[in-house]
Amino acid sequence: MTEAFFLRALLAGIGVALVSAPLGCFVVWRRMAYFGATLAHSALLGIALGILAGINPSLGIAASSVAVALVVVTFERQRLIGRDTLLGILAHAGLAIGLVALSFIEGARIDLMAYLFGDILAVTPRDLAWIAGGGLAVLATLALIWRPLLAITLHEEMARAEGVRVVPVQLAFMLSLAVTIAIAMKVVGILLIVSLLIIPAAAARPFARTPEQMALGAAAIGALSATGGLAASLAWDTPAGPSIVVVATVLFAVARWGRWCRGAWGEVFKLGRTLVRSVRVGTKSWRI
Amino acid sequence: MPAEAARDSETLVAAEHLEARYGATLALTHVDLTVSAGEIVTLIGPNGAGKSTLVRIILGLMEPSAGRVWRRPGLRIGYLPQRVAIDPVLPLTVRRFLGLARPGVAEAEIRDALNEVAAAELIDHSVHDLSGGEFQRVLLARALMRRPQLLVLDEPVQGVDFGGQIALYDLIGRLRRRHGLGVLMVSHDLHVVMAATDRVVCLNRHVCCSGAPEAVSRNPAYTELFGAAAARGLAIYSHDHDHEHDLKGAVVHPVEGHGGAPGGKVEPRP
Repeated sequence: MTEAFFLRALLAGIGVALVSAPLGCFVVWRRMAYFGATLAHSALLGIALGILAGINPSLGIAASSVAVALVVVTFERQRLIGRDTLLGILAHAGLAIGLVALSFIEGARIDLMAYLFGDILAVTPRDLAWIAGGGLAVLATLALIWRPLLAITLHEEMARAEGVRVVPVQLAFMLSLAVTIAIAMKVVGILLIVSLLIIPAAAARPFARTPEQMALGAAAIGALSATGGLAASLAWDTPAGPSIVVVATVLFAVARWGRWCRGAWGEVFKLGRTLVRSVRVGTKSWRI
Repeated sequence: MPAEAARDSETLVAAEHLEARYGATLALTHVDLTVSAGEIVTLIGPNGAGKSTLVRIILGLMEPSAGRVWRRPGLRIGYLPQRVAIDPVLPLTVRRFLGLARPGVAEAEIRDALNEVAAAELIDHSVHDLSGGEFQRVLLARALMRRPQLLVLDEPVQGVDFGGQIALYDLIGRLRRRHGLGVLMVSHDLHVVMAATDRVVCLNRHVCCSGAPEAVSRNPAYTELFGAAAARGLAIYSHDHDHEHDLKGAVVHPVEGHGGAPGGKVEPRP
């Protein structure tokens, strides 16, 4: 049975997975997972401000993301507070202020759970259009900055000496991250968005020899997670967004375990061979 | 005192009266430096002498607090930073690493560049599995792919075993001859300066002395700066090019003794 709403959910899930996979690889390579989480959490403040100001919540998210990125860049130079502490303050302050601000909104038409954990089964054709448009814009931007962004990730000073213009490239990357968070929110919600960025990328790492292979592998694992999560949600009536993340985590575990197994089975095999040999030697000497 | 930085048609970069500060700390003062096409300049000096600061200013990564840097218009620089540690979370083969050197790289160029540094067999290796010497060669190949006129190397032999260091110096000398490159090299190893060096600049926040390697090793300012250890003189590595070294620095063919330059013979340290 394929209802229209399920088909839309499937398209939205796969679409968001395909966009967040290559972006997520950069988040993993540049060790920005916590930065992504901060952008996502403070997006709730953007949503609240967007609703209060009467503008599209997606624009509110973009505005809050840019503000957070600017605060991080500005305060990074000071040394009295570590980067992780600063990000933690911003993430939770954004979340808390957003929750407080939402409580001021009259009508209570706002489904807080949908923002926090996503509502993929309620995706409208309009949402799909946003995902398609935003996703294509992000992928196009990423294709454009792929080489310089990789060069900066490898060695920023070397890239600068080679004429890469670091600031515009990093700005484009940051904006792509903000847009991805805005379109992924409907699928998994702001509390789980980072998982969609980093888990498929981490799962793809053992199988990749080049950055591009890792991005493609992450896209495949992400799409598989979205499909599997939605199928599980349909079969067992579990919440859709969290189910997608659970499936992604299982795939990650299988990927790591598979690699670990190769080593472990090798050890077991060696041990077995040694045992068999010593038994043989033992029986021989025993017969004599 | 160093002469006014003179510029001619061969000049690639000319730094004049540089001064650099980190907060209240003076890192460089009154520094003049020129590098011309086909010339190898080696920068030596103790830790904290401002060698890396000077290199960063020359590369345009940092603004001097006073003085200026002239670069030949359209100058292409190949830069080998002191430490390139590629995080293993980023999967990368040598082929792909070289492909990132500039937009639109063809496979044949990658092979040519690797051939030039005698590392063709590394093309499909992961960059995470390379030895120090192999990685430096790959970095050199990557720099060459940008067809540079100036090569800037910040301690290129760091983390490379002694045989590999000799091979690497040989390679840099060969590349200079073949392409007419200007080379600016930083060395913190005071005892080994490659023989092909045309000019040694001895830096300790200011330029203590500069000139041909042997002249510098006899300069009182040099001895004063580096103390008793320098009394033996600047060890200038040189040997006859009658054989080749492989990647690990082993001699590939007729084994002949390394000729020591008048400055002293280089001995492998433990």
